[in-house]
Amino acid sequence: MSILTRPARVALVAGAVSLTLVAAACGGSDNENTTGGQPASGDCAPFEKYGKHDGKTVSIYSPIRDAEADLFEDTWAKFAECTGIDISYEGTGEFEAQIQVRVDGGDAPDLAFFPQPGLLKRFADAGKLKPAPDKVKTAATEGWTEAWIDYGTVDGTFYAAPLGASVKSFVWYSPKMFQEKGYEVPKTWDDLIALSDKIAADGVKPWCAGIESGEATGWPATDWLEDVLLREIGPDEYDKWISHELKFNDPKIAAGLDRVGSILKNDKYVNGGYGPVSSIASTAFQEGGVPITAGTCALHRQASFYANFWPDGTKVAEDGDVFAFYLPGDDENSKPVLGAGEFVASFDDRPEVQALQEYLATPDFANARMKLSTYVSANKGVDISLAQNPIDRLSMEILRDPQTVFRFDGSDLMPAAVGSGTFWKGMTDWINGKDTQSTLDFIEQSWPQ
Amino acid sequence: MRLQFDFAEELPKLAQLGIGIALFLAIVGIMLLAVDRVPMKQRARLPAAILLTPALVLLAIGLVIPAIRTTVLSFRSGDRQNWVGLDNYTWMFTQPEAVIVLRNTLIWVVLTPLLVTAIGLLYATIVDNTRFERLAKSLVFLPMAISFVGAGIIWKFVYAYRPPGAEQIGLLNEIVVSLGGEPRQWLLNAPANTLFLIVVLVWIQAGFATVVLSAAIKGIPAEIVEAARLDGASPMQMFFRVTLPSIRPAVIVVLVTQCIGTLKLFDIVRTMTGGQFETSVIANEMYNQAFRYGETGRGAALAVFLFVLVVPIVFYQVRTLRQRREA
Repeated sequence: MSILTRPARVALVAGAVSLTLVAAACGGSDNENTTGGQPASGDCAPFEKYGKHDGKTVSIYSPIRDAEADLFEDTWAKFAECTGIDISYEGTGEFEAQIQVRVDGGDAPDLAFFPQPGLLKRFADAGKLKPAPDKVKTAATEGWTEAWIDYGTVDGTFYAAPLGASVKSFVWYSPKMFQEKGYEVPKTWDDLIALSDKIAADGVKPWCAGIESGEATGWPATDWLEDVLLREIGPDEYDKWISHELKFNDPKIAAGLDRVGSILKNDKYVNGGYGPVSSIASTAFQEGGVPITAGTCALHRQASFYANFWPDGTKVAEDGDVFAFYLPGDDENSKPVLGAGEFVASFDDRPEVQALQEYLATPDFANARMKLSTYVSANKGVDISLAQNPIDRLSMEILRDPQTVFRFDGSDLMPAAVGSGTFWKGMTDWINGKDTQSTLDFIEQSWPQ
Repeated sequence: MRLQFDFAEELPKLAQLGIGIALFLAIVGIMLLAVDRVPMKQRARLPAAILLTPALVLLAIGLVIPAIRTTVLSFRSGDRQNWVGLDNYTWMFTQPEAVIVLRNTLIWVVLTPLLVTAIGLLYATIVDNTRFERLAKSLVFLPMAISFVGAGIIWKFVYAYRPPGAEQIGLLNEIVVSLGGEPRQWLLNAPANTLFLIVVLVWIQAGFATVVLSAAIKGIPAEIVEAARLDGASPMQMFFRVTLPSIRPAVIVVLVTQCIGTLKLFDIVRTMTGGQFETSVIANEMYNQAFRYGETGRGAALAVFLFVLVVPIVFYQVRTLRQRREA
């Protein structure tokens, strides 16, 4: 909540509370409180279509915390004020485990931001989720491409519209270093390898990586494999791999993993600034690309959100200290993009819940959010000129490029036992010296029957 | 999420709390009243039953029913839909990664109580009746005040790795480098990494053992010690023939509590490695399977196995307690 609207909200809640406590109290006073706050903070016309829901509360449960959560709250403050809905937001670092506990315990939130379509599916299959209302469905089909809609759909029923997005197929580099040494941004995979060899010949280990992330250790390596598989076997086979039509230990997957290994397990290429290959496993993913700023590493494959992890004072721009290029496809015409995002699903269908769900699916919300700080939405209706930085703009350009073939982060789509379990663990062991085939066999046997 | 405490927002919770306390007091009041009304003759049985009921009900809700449900779940599939017989248990004892978890737990349970007791005993004996005994005991007891997660984070820094040539931020690697060695990634290679994790628990628990055993040593009757001295017992003989047998019950208490605590160990592993690099233990794997991977059956099977492991130790403890009371 912004400071401006805070008193109004407190008064509203206090009103609601007194209402519940003294069951027969007159309801007039809290109506006045909401309308009284309006003239001071401007026009409510854009929010009229969502109706009036004075004194109603909508709870949101989400994995997004801290500064980013505050930005969300500031974004919908106006909506909350105009519709009278009190939005109670709760962010958690243990979303995957806790959402299950809360739903099992009969304490489901009204809305949840699911970062993993696989987890969304689990709740949809269990009959816990409400299908998205028609208005949300319309807004979503207008805004997002079919691939995105599919990820919010389970067995033909559309449950959840996407919220934010991130592009994962990025390679971070130092434009300054590239200019000094005369390196060029590669256009194909072969160019990329040629560039890596050239950098290695110049005496710098070209790649750096870090996959340590507490209990989620290994996820950056799974992204590597997914990104390479999109190139190695193509999007259709990729979908089969995720649905387990293609076995995890299939020779095609092994070929993809070996291709990742040609970089990540190549002592000539890694780990720039950190040491031997095994140091990848113990380097925090937040620090994985930092050696680029010191010139001891040249390339770091990581999602767009890595823009937030550079040391203070690092300029992220095409002519700045660091920037990213699209991880090239095998040829210039194919443009597979690996990405991720959140999906807004509802556990309740009260009108005020649906109103908020509808608002979150509009470009208006994404635009308002983007005006505040760095944010990427895959919604086609979003005003790209509002992007706060060049990397956000590049991400959105890639996401809406008609040539782009978008695929969601595979580990988020697989059953949790694999996607946030053995896949992470297997990749960590693989970095730590385990061979390709036994790694893939281990992940394959863990796939729930 | 803002961290301000908004009294108005918390009102409903406070009201619930008030209602809860009022209800509790009312129930207690009614029970006491009922007990008071019972005629003198029946005072033995009935009031006991009435007073025990709440405890038994709570025990049933909080312990017995969940235990039964967990056992039932351990024979069902991950999504709780089908009976799978002993599949979850077969998985636990045959799948290589699960077997590693059992192996690690075994290493923990064998090493930790032994190390903790041995170090505690040695320390207690050495500092006994010295000038700086209090200071020395406070120092070794201090880590007890740190939570397992806090200790895990502290030791994660101790083991931290930076490449050769860079400034080491980890104490252990700093020492290695200053002695002319290469920095190592301590938590990466099994099974040595489990030993490095065990060090953390020993560091926390040694203080507990020291204090308990030191008190026991002070409780040895002075006559016995004097008699042994007069008979010319050497320090070694003193320790093994007099001290150790006299404090045997205390040593067993320390061993048993450490055993149970180690079996349930979760925090250190989760904080320091997340169970990666072959360091996972039963409690950690149970949490992962049940809550992160959605494999409730496997998680429940691990929980049941953990329960089975703890039971004989508790049984032994109860038996020795009873024997001592009878003696």
